[in-house]
Amino acid sequence: MNWLTDNKIPLGAWMENFVDWLVSAASVFFDLVSLTLETMIVSMVDAIDYLHPLAVIAIILVGVWFLHRSISLIIFVALSLLLIINMGYWIETIQTLVLVISATAMSVLVGVPIGIAAAHRPWLYTILRPILDLMQTIPTFVYLIPTLILFGLGYVPGLISTIIFAIAAPIRLTYLGVSKVPNELIEAGLAFGCTKSKLLYKVELPAAMPSIMAGVTQCIMLSLSMVVVAALVGADGLGKPVVRALNTVNISQGFEAGVAIVLVAIMLDRICKSPSSKNEG
Amino acid sequence: MAVVTIENVDIVFGDNKAKTLPLMDKGHSRDEILGMTGDVVGVQNANIEVNEGEICVLMGLSGSGKSTLLRAVNGLNKIARGRCLVRDGDKMVDMAKCDEAKLRHMRTHRVSMVFQSFALMPWLTVLENVAFGLEMQGMPKAERLVKAREQLKMVSLDKWADKKPDELSGGMRQRVGLARAFVMDTDVLLMDEPFSALDPLIRSQLQDELIELQKRLNKTIIFVSHDLDEALKIGSKIAIMESARIIQEDTPEQIVLNPATEYVEKFVAHTNPLNVLRGESLMTPLADLAVKDGQIIISDDISMTLENGKLVSIQGSKGEIPTARWTPETILANVPDHTVFIVPADIAMRDAVEIRYQSNHLLVLEEAGQCIGILNDHNFYHALLGKHFGREEDAA
Repeated sequence: MNWLTDNKIPLGAWMENFVDWLVSAASVFFDLVSLTLETMIVSMVDAIDYLHPLAVIAIILVGVWFLHRSISLIIFVALSLLLIINMGYWIETIQTLVLVISATAMSVLVGVPIGIAAAHRPWLYTILRPILDLMQTIPTFVYLIPTLILFGLGYVPGLISTIIFAIAAPIRLTYLGVSKVPNELIEAGLAFGCTKSKLLYKVELPAAMPSIMAGVTQCIMLSLSMVVVAALVGADGLGKPVVRALNTVNISQGFEAGVAIVLVAIMLDRICKSPSSKNEG
Repeated sequence: MAVVTIENVDIVFGDNKAKTLPLMDKGHSRDEILGMTGDVVGVQNANIEVNEGEICVLMGLSGSGKSTLLRAVNGLNKIARGRCLVRDGDKMVDMAKCDEAKLRHMRTHRVSMVFQSFALMPWLTVLENVAFGLEMQGMPKAERLVKAREQLKMVSLDKWADKKPDELSGGMRQRVGLARAFVMDTDVLLMDEPFSALDPLIRSQLQDELIELQKRLNKTIIFVSHDLDEALKIGSKIAIMESARIIQEDTPEQIVLNPATEYVEKFVAHTNPLNVLRGESLMTPLADLAVKDGQIIISDDISMTLENGKLVSIQGSKGEIPTARWTPETILANVPDHTVFIVPADIAMRDAVEIRYQSNHLLVLEEAGQCIGILNDHNFYHALLGKHFGREEDAA
């Protein structure tokens, strides 16, 4: 047994060397990415913060009305947002929403094409599957350390960690949707003269849309579940007060911040769900 | 003129075609080849020629290769060997060898298809579904919607244009499928068991509609079916397939009269001959009737007199029986009872039985002004019991 423990395989050291190498070789690149993303998120938060909170609520309510035309949902969203203002978490909520929406947008932009490619090439999915499993199961803190080193404190490591955690959902569900398109629809598309790209845009994607939308909704919820973790590496938002409350053993602050997160989660869930079911119909 | 010509076509599913094709030539069966190379033989050495305006029915049980062969005509299935020629203007294009652009041209302008499970896009409206193929032709949106609406009127679904396919019944959905194929205005239509998923009444109604449409539009149709009654009703030519081969290709009447193998005979045994058989294949020919004193003896108390091959009179036990000439326009109820009808030789069995039922007398068949034989109860019973095969062989 001694032999086994004495000859330790330096797995950790290898990874560390790799990250060190990345930092030394591509620090300019990572700084640039970090700066761009940070500026993007901060300016979006500032832009929304520039408006009066009630004006923002009004805009959100109009949007919700056009999506759902449901009075009860409008009342719920209005009351939730007013309660959040009342508790003093308005700006944190905005920061969280911007972070969640940015992470989702990037996950979808990258994940959907990867999902489509995987559905068309079985070998690609064979390679991808263990990587996706790894990204979803590896404890978040483990990759928080290298992202922190590569991108510095702030929104960006939080954003990147969130994407790593959440991107598996759109990839998997896009793959599922596109590979489950009924064969007869593909045949009909081909029989009427679709080119490869027409087949994708006119047959496969519309047929897979319910599944892809389910992937987007899941991606939003997964991103939201990362807010507290993102706060640990300096991303502003509703996670911050939770972390602070934990450090100071402040029950009331922790509870209020928790309520705010739950309200945001329920609102996002209700708002996102129906558009996907509309597409099914 | 041939619009579709299938020449020595083999279709193989699998990756070992180089090994499979020689085994097929050596005469190994489908199962043996599956065991030896893992490949599935879809179609083996198929030859068919379909002419303009014909409805050619590919008929067989599931797994016989009929849908596989159909899909070779628009290139959905790859041909391992042989040629599948489809007319394009005044040229014939080999679907097995043409490039992507040509293939797309053939699919958008020459060959369209109707599917068993309808294969309508559930996210598009009925109108947009019909316009789907026109969009692939590159027709501008306004124009294609107008054209699609006209086509929907032809299948009487214009009121449903803005509904989604899942709001329609099965029969209506397949009418949308038909409209989507017909609106392409292609010469060739492929129909893959289009009516099999429908209940019997709707099925027969759509068959009638298809026959009506075909009368007006005169397309070249290749139709796949597992139902011989359907094949006999709509086909002008039937090719029967069994385990990847075409075992008989003939007109509907010849299939019923002269089944090539036991397999075909089994199919035929379950069909209704009323819609298929014609007078001349049922009749007792003149030559088989006894002649006595210049009169042709039909039964103990009925005889007829001919002059230069023409019917002059028919004698019954109570004297001469009146005669009348039948045409498809004749209204039987208006003709007095106890009349002998003179009918054309190609009269459908259904009409002949109807005349016999109304007139209570035998029928005399005439071709080009010459009496060629008679039809009486004996002939009808023979046909209904499926005994005409034997008789036909004797006659041949």
